[in-house]
Amino acid sequence: MSAFLQAVGYPSWALHALTWLPLAGIGGILLAPRARAGHVAFGWSAFLLVLSLGLWWSFDPAGELFQLASRAVWIEPWGVDYALGIDGIALFMVLLSTLTMPLAILASFRYIRQREKSFYSLMLLLQTGIVGVFVSMDLLLFYVFFELTLVPMYFIIGIWGGERRVYAAIKFFLYTAFGSLLMLVGILYLYARARSFLGAPTFFLPELLGTPLSLTEQLLLFGAFGTAFAIKVPLFPLHTWLPDAHVEAPTPGSVVLAAVLLKIGTYGFIRFALPLFPDAASHSWVTGIMLTLGVVGIVYAAWVAAVQPDAKKLVAYTSVAHMGFVIIGIFALTATGLQGGLMVMISHGISTGALFLLVGMLYERRHTRTISDFGGLARVAPLLATAFVITALTSIGLPGTSGFVGEFLALLGTFERHPGAGALATTGVIFAAYYMLPMVQRILFNRLDDPENRAMPDLSRREAGILAPLVLLMILLGVYPGPVLERMEPAVEAVLEHVDDGGSALASPPADRALRVEPAP
Amino acid sequence: MTASGFAAGPAAQAVAPGGGEAFEPLLPGLILLLPLLGFAGNGILALAAARGGAARLRSGEAGAGGEPERRLVHALPTWLGPGSVALAFVLSALNFARMAGVELHDPVIRHYWSWMATGPFTAEVALQLDQLSVIMNLIITGVGSLIHLFSVGYMREDPGYARYFCYLNLFVFFMLVLVMGAGFPLMFVGWEGVGLCSYLLIGFWFEDREKADAGKKAFIVNRIGDFGFLLGIFLLFRHLGAVDYVGVFAAAPEAFSYGDPVVTAVALLLLLGAIGKSAQVPLYVWLPDAMAGPTPVSALIHAATMVTAGVYLIARAGVLFALAPVGSAAAATIGAVTALFSATIALKQYDIKKVLAYSTVSQLGFMFMAVGAGAYVAGIFHLMTHAFFKALLFLGAGAVIHSMHHALHATHREWDAQDMRNMGDLRRYLPMTWITMGTATLAIAGIWPFAGFFSKDEIIWYTGARAEGEFAVLYAALWAIALVAAVLTAVYMTRLMVLTFHGNQRFGESEARNLHEEPVTMTVPLAVLALLAVFGGWINVPPAVHDSFFGGFGLLPMSEWLHYWLEPVTAAADGIRAAGAGPYSESAPLGGGEVLWAAVATTAAAAAILLTMRALAGREVRPADESSPPEGGLARVLHDKWYVDEAYDRVIVRPVVGASRFAWRWIDQFVIDGAVDGIGALVRGLGWAGSLLQTGQVTTYAVILALGALTILGALIL
Amino acid sequence: MLTEALVLGALLFVIGMLGVLVRRNAIIVFLSIELQLNAVNLSFVALSRYLGIEGQLFVFFIMTVAAAEAAVGLAIIISIFRHYESVNVENFSLLRW
Repeated sequence: MSAFLQAVGYPSWALHALTWLPLAGIGGILLAPRARAGHVAFGWSAFLLVLSLGLWWSFDPAGELFQLASRAVWIEPWGVDYALGIDGIALFMVLLSTLTMPLAILASFRYIRQREKSFYSLMLLLQTGIVGVFVSMDLLLFYVFFELTLVPMYFIIGIWGGERRVYAAIKFFLYTAFGSLLMLVGILYLYARARSFLGAPTFFLPELLGTPLSLTEQLLLFGAFGTAFAIKVPLFPLHTWLPDAHVEAPTPGSVVLAAVLLKIGTYGFIRFALPLFPDAASHSWVTGIMLTLGVVGIVYAAWVAAVQPDAKKLVAYTSVAHMGFVIIGIFALTATGLQGGLMVMISHGISTGALFLLVGMLYERRHTRTISDFGGLARVAPLLATAFVITALTSIGLPGTSGFVGEFLALLGTFERHPGAGALATTGVIFAAYYMLPMVQRILFNRLDDPENRAMPDLSRREAGILAPLVLLMILLGVYPGPVLERMEPAVEAVLEHVDDGGSALASPPADRALRVEPAP
Repeated sequence: MTASGFAAGPAAQAVAPGGGEAFEPLLPGLILLLPLLGFAGNGILALAAARGGAARLRSGEAGAGGEPERRLVHALPTWLGPGSVALAFVLSALNFARMAGVELHDPVIRHYWSWMATGPFTAEVALQLDQLSVIMNLIITGVGSLIHLFSVGYMREDPGYARYFCYLNLFVFFMLVLVMGAGFPLMFVGWEGVGLCSYLLIGFWFEDREKADAGKKAFIVNRIGDFGFLLGIFLLFRHLGAVDYVGVFAAAPEAFSYGDPVVTAVALLLLLGAIGKSAQVPLYVWLPDAMAGPTPVSALIHAATMVTAGVYLIARAGVLFALAPVGSAAAATIGAVTALFSATIALKQYDIKKVLAYSTVSQLGFMFMAVGAGAYVAGIFHLMTHAFFKALLFLGAGAVIHSMHHALHATHREWDAQDMRNMGDLRRYLPMTWITMGTATLAIAGIWPFAGFFSKDEIIWYTGARAEGEFAVLYAALWAIALVAAVLTAVYMTRLMVLTFHGNQRFGESEARNLHEEPVTMTVPLAVLALLAVFGGWINVPPAVHDSFFGGFGLLPMSEWLHYWLEPVTAAADGIRAAGAGPYSESAPLGGGEVLWAAVATTAAAAAILLTMRALAGREVRPADESSPPEGGLARVLHDKWYVDEAYDRVIVRPVVGASRFAWRWIDQFVIDGAVDGIGALVRGLGWAGSLLQTGQVTTYAVILALGALTILGALIL
Repeated sequence: MLTEALVLGALLFVIGMLGVLVRRNAIIVFLSIELQLNAVNLSFVALSRYLGIEGQLFVFFIMTVAAAEAAVGLAIIISIFRHYESVNVENFSLLRW
């Protein structure tokens, strides 16, 4: 497989293709008849998924840190580069994105009944933005893609959303834009400092990493970047856009939002905030605040989730709790914790995505999401019930599912360095059962007394096809996460080493304008 | 057995090098794989059956499917379910025989793949075969096979037949993972896995809201224990850098001194896990509710195997508990409190399964006492005998309920088939059940020479013998509690037997005509278990007892067999305990040797049985719907289970739910979102204020423009 | 010579400004704006004699822009007149939030 990919030159064009080909799909959608727009979009994104699978083989776990890297000048006078590359972290984020997209598009066929062409075009535009975010190695390029994800999502919520869609869309947009503008200020400041230090303008991440910054500067810049990412994550108390956005967004929007967009926040922390400002990231105030917010988020969101009458809102709040695990895993600054955090990101992408899909399927059948309107569905829809139960168990981290691997490692890594925070966060396993099981019971179990529920059809083939790969992945990653962990490990070690030695491990010398990035020492 | 026997163990052990080479385990992975395959096969059948049922439900057509479908959902699971477990039992037995044939001192470990490896942390998927895991395997697959067989008859008419075996096979799989996993993380997989199966099986009839609630409660309460277990693993890794048994037990004595606070914390955290899973005070509340599941499930999961996992955990982690005397004392104390507390509740319950549930909790308390006193073999011994007689009691109760249900169903009487007040004199109709349950009752009450006599005697003895050195007073008190609880056991079990099988017949003649003894698939397991309940205790007769009247003056074979068998596993822990806490005393706290107290205990139990029978003999019992709960006083408190559920509801459940609502309504919606929307409103307000300047009159604008220009000009000039 | 030209330019500008401020007829306002522009032009031309040719260049710029502005502005005024039958600026407050 690897040789074949090499023969077709896959490593040299794969990332560019994955980033820009979604836009080519928009052309196909616009040319296709309206009724076929969804099929074209699905076909195209499925093709991209197949294309992205090649990354698995062409990424060498024992190879350089950043692979498939390329770098070209974009805006010469400002030193902006068009630089792409993936490490073991970005690899899985890209794969998660390319997997989520076709499933989300497939799940829109029944839900999206108006302006189909615009909808599917926006979905593909979103895919370009998301993949771009994960493969960018240039800070300004990253920022452009970061903002680019915002626009299609805004329209997806605002046009195809529920009752209060405009409120939710604006809230989503303003929250995120507020953070990203802070980040832009930070980027420009960092750029100015780097230019005076290096004597040449650059936004190229490995070159920026060597910029000497005082601790105060680092703390302020970390604050700017951190706010942007914390809103995206979302971290308590900046999370209130999330429930509204999720509840109002159409099912595919919620799926992409939960599965991929939230990961941009935590990915940003790992890729940018930690390596760029190592002294700030390991400063006891910062870790203290982040761990506290993470732990509070885990417990608080679990509690709030438990009393939601709306299934979708409940799932939305569980996202906040899950992302709390990611945050504590990252800011424990241990290899175990960080890898655990990354596993939670992947697992959450799969399981919460699946939960939103399931809630969407229930909504399509009954046009309600209120939990108390359901009951006894396990009798009329056994396949749906089975998928729902497995997904819910993954979500609450039952051993044998991907959720457990992530949560266990994240908690273990946190406990290693911060036993108190680790112990408090571990109460999350209790509260996870407290929010998830009552919902499972009230939807699937209890008496089947509503005649409308009695007539509910089980999963169609299309729906089973959407859920099956996700359920399989939940189990597979829970039982045999080795290959994933193995590929992440070098990247995680590099980031931590860089933070530990105050920011020199990853930095590349400014004169090095070579296309390949230096491997980690 | 004497204290010196324990103390000599590790020394004799240490000189035998690398004896593990000779033992070649036979397909250990297949033991696990068989139930898993059964699960997969039954799962597919169950889904097919459920889809068929759902289609009929939607089309409004009632009743079962046609004959081919019936065969699919019935014949195949019948073979797949019990068959896979029986094959696993055969394999386990072969492994046991192989292991018995060689001198094996070190555990044999089979590595399969690396599960989680990050930085310094590694968790392997590896199976550990040693004397303890093989014994547990035998119990699980052996009792499991019998209960699967029983279920064929019991669940025959249930539409969820395949689903039932699917869950039950999955349970056996996870239980085997729990006992065979070679490290704490893998044990945790089994630990939560069996919890999941328990959840699914308690709520098997999920349309009944109470049953679904009971499953949910079991899962959540268990998760409180799991929280402790997880923290225990974290703490072990933090201080030892290992989480597999071999690594931990090798490193722990080096890293921790006797009574080290860290190892005490580890022991207490693991104990929390054990308390949750084994339904000890204060987390026992889920187990009585768990009786909502089908009765064979109660027999397998909530009596014989899963709930004993806590005992297994403490015995397995014996090295850690031996290093932490406080942890051990806590385990013993909790065990004793639980044993007494739940025995009192069992005295006043009328639901036959509830009595057995509280009895199980109480017996688990005895096992905790044993492992808390450092007598790990005694704990495992009672675990084993208890698996026999309690499984038998539950299956017997299942047979009773099944028969009563059919009889009441046939006569359309709306009575509770589980309430003992509706039974009476059943021995005339269910003689086989009566005899086997009677055997089990004698066994659990500790009557010589039944199994419970030997195992319970050992627990009481070691708890008393531990009353020397540190925590002497505590262990002496626990010993007294154990004696009282043992007597209470005899009382409530006799009450159960009398109410069910003796006394006046409460149901009518029409029901009586419909009462039949159960089919052979159900009576054979009863008979086999009854044999085990009689003779199961003979494998571990202590030397003192062995040579006395109770051992037939040396006639009983296999003296102390289990002790010798488990020695390679428990030797290290015994050595640490003996070095730290001193050897066991030669006499009980009140003086007297093992034989004397064995005689006292069995006599007291026998007396309790006779007195209870006498007290209940002449009493006229009314059917449930004509009875009212006790008026007041202690009887009422016991009948209402000390109001613990109510107290938990007030003190824990409602405050948490209240706090959750508060967090949502006030913190999330009012404070945080209020602030966010407030900022939005503020900006809008400012914009509105600014817009007031905008009159739309060109002249106004022009004046302002001119004034502005003049101001700027003026500022420049000045 | 320069002084006179600048004074003339300043006077024209003030007249234009007052015209914009006090007159109500949109056409007159418009003419006043043109007057202001040309006052500036006059100043540019006068100064260019001493400061270089750029001032005259700028005048051409302004004249071009003024022509374009006149075309667009008159078109707007005409369409407003068609609609309201009035060119009194006090009657229009269309741009008020």
